[in-house]
Amino acid sequence: MSHLVVIPILIPLLAAALSIVSWRSVSLQRWIAIIATGALLLVSIALLQLTREHGFVVMHMGDWAAPFGITIVTDLLSAIMVVLTGIIGFSIAIYSLATTPEGHERFGYYPLMHRLLAGVAGSFLTGDIFNLYVWFEVMLLSSFALLTLGGERAQMEGAIKYVALNLFSSALLLSAIGLVYATTGTLNMADLGQKLAQVEHHGMVNTLAMMFIVAFGIKAAAFPLFFWLPASYHTPLVGISALFAGLLTKVGVYCLYRFFTLIFTGDVDYTHTILLWGAGVTMLSGGLGAAAQSEFRRILSFHIVSQIGYMILGLALYTPLAIVGGVFYIMHHIIVKTNLFLVSGLVYRLLGSYDLKELGGVYRHRPGVALLFLIPALSLAGVPPLSGFFAKFIIIRAGIEVSAWTITGIALLVGLLTLYSMIKIWVEVFWKTVPENVNTDRLTGAKPDKGLWLLLLPIVGLAACTLFIGLSGQPIYELADAAAEQLLNPALYIEAVLGTQP
Amino acid sequence: METLMAYVIGTMFGSAVYMLLRRSIVKLVIGLMILSNAANLLIFTVAGLVRGAPPLITEGLLEPATAITDPLPQALVLTAIVISFGVLSFSVVLIHRAYEVVGTDDLDKMKDTDT
Repeated sequence: MSHLVVIPILIPLLAAALSIVSWRSVSLQRWIAIIATGALLLVSIALLQLTREHGFVVMHMGDWAAPFGITIVTDLLSAIMVVLTGIIGFSIAIYSLATTPEGHERFGYYPLMHRLLAGVAGSFLTGDIFNLYVWFEVMLLSSFALLTLGGERAQMEGAIKYVALNLFSSALLLSAIGLVYATTGTLNMADLGQKLAQVEHHGMVNTLAMMFIVAFGIKAAAFPLFFWLPASYHTPLVGISALFAGLLTKVGVYCLYRFFTLIFTGDVDYTHTILLWGAGVTMLSGGLGAAAQSEFRRILSFHIVSQIGYMILGLALYTPLAIVGGVFYIMHHIIVKTNLFLVSGLVYRLLGSYDLKELGGVYRHRPGVALLFLIPALSLAGVPPLSGFFAKFIIIRAGIEVSAWTITGIALLVGLLTLYSMIKIWVEVFWKTVPENVNTDRLTGAKPDKGLWLLLLPIVGLAACTLFIGLSGQPIYELADAAAEQLLNPALYIEAVLGTQP
Repeated sequence: METLMAYVIGTMFGSAVYMLLRRSIVKLVIGLMILSNAANLLIFTVAGLVRGAPPLITEGLLEPATAITDPLPQALVLTAIVISFGVLSFSVVLIHRAYEVVGTDDLDKMKDTDT
């Protein structure tokens, strides 16, 4: 059954190949997109089930035993992340059917989307750091192409910033991987977890830890190198924005979790203190940046940055409860943030703009849409009983338990800032009357819109996930708890991969 | 030899970052090229430079009798070169297209998407 672990990577790769073969038939590509992402979701749920039964699912590629071959491995955290990839991929595939213009579809929208999903799933599942770098590049190159698809001025400007900083981070990651190999002679994550502890040169290990923090920090959009994100995420098609917002930065966060619970655990005082303050400033700069914006997607982009801070905070506090909170936060955030972007696309479809000044009156004409915005928005701000409340509650409680008052204060303050931004969107887009000169045919239903249900379907589905996490959080909490327990016992991971007691 | 290579790699990283900080997008891409090459050289060098010792085991032995070159870093560098080739070709097309659309190569004039 251990072969199941590579299937979440193979499905999108195969789907990308099939989509390229059927380049001329857009309708065939659409069917492939729906079927492949649906299959990805089903397989990932089966994989999560299998991981829950066995603890770890390990497969050695080509039967070369670890640490010599490339290992594909899931623990609970990876399995959870792959399920989230499936959920988001499936939602975006449905949403894309109605929102992607013909020109984008003809120029390889679907193959690129599959490639991106393959890169993301590969990054979550690999147990080898050089292989991780390769998956990162698969993911990045697809995201570059998706970001520039359409070729408008704003997209080009955003793409240059995005490409430059991400390539810089890749070069740094590659250098760090080379130095790790030179120091320890291995690239296998489990083997590194053992061997790096035996390196006598502590200065070298801390330098490597810093290089990985910076490299993954850029990918996760953490302070100080986060500004590529708000400069680029509001420029492409909304489906692509939502896909990026849900998954890409979280790959960076996942890698930080993996590296700083498994590999760099020797000098926690040093590395995790840096992560802690990085997390604090990330939260603040995201929250304050959003307060200054008046464009729907730009506000949401800045809030990705602030939320990344909470996730890194969970890792940085490094207590069992904090890690549980961090894992819970990732699960809640991916669903909620994607959903908010999808809602912004829905409002754009109804009123034709993302600028808050040109929007209004949605509550009056379509109260259902307003409700669908309110669920993820209040959840993001952390209002009970939605999923965000529990995620924030666990992390803040963990902060109070270790008497980290300053950072807990920042986390609470940023919660208020988030609420402020969400209320700003609510007042401008939903409550105020429609500004003059705005065409309201679609909003009032005067001009029927046949594809609208395709936009509503994923939004309702993701909102239902948010409500489920909020209203019956116990199974999700237990899952996060089990994942955190595995993360804090790296010996289990090492034993599962190498087959020996460390 | 390692010392010399260390200086070369250091200089390359330094000049790459300098180029990245210039305003022209052409220089930005040149900076990225130097950066990826510096990273490749770094991997190659830190794994140890051994001359004239191919990683072959004499017949009848189970392990090499003398020190040999480690083949793995070379495989890594080869992979990284291929990847950086793909990524850089994309970047070159991107700056060309950006120049056509925006009409300038000056990053200071590309502020539409900034805050």
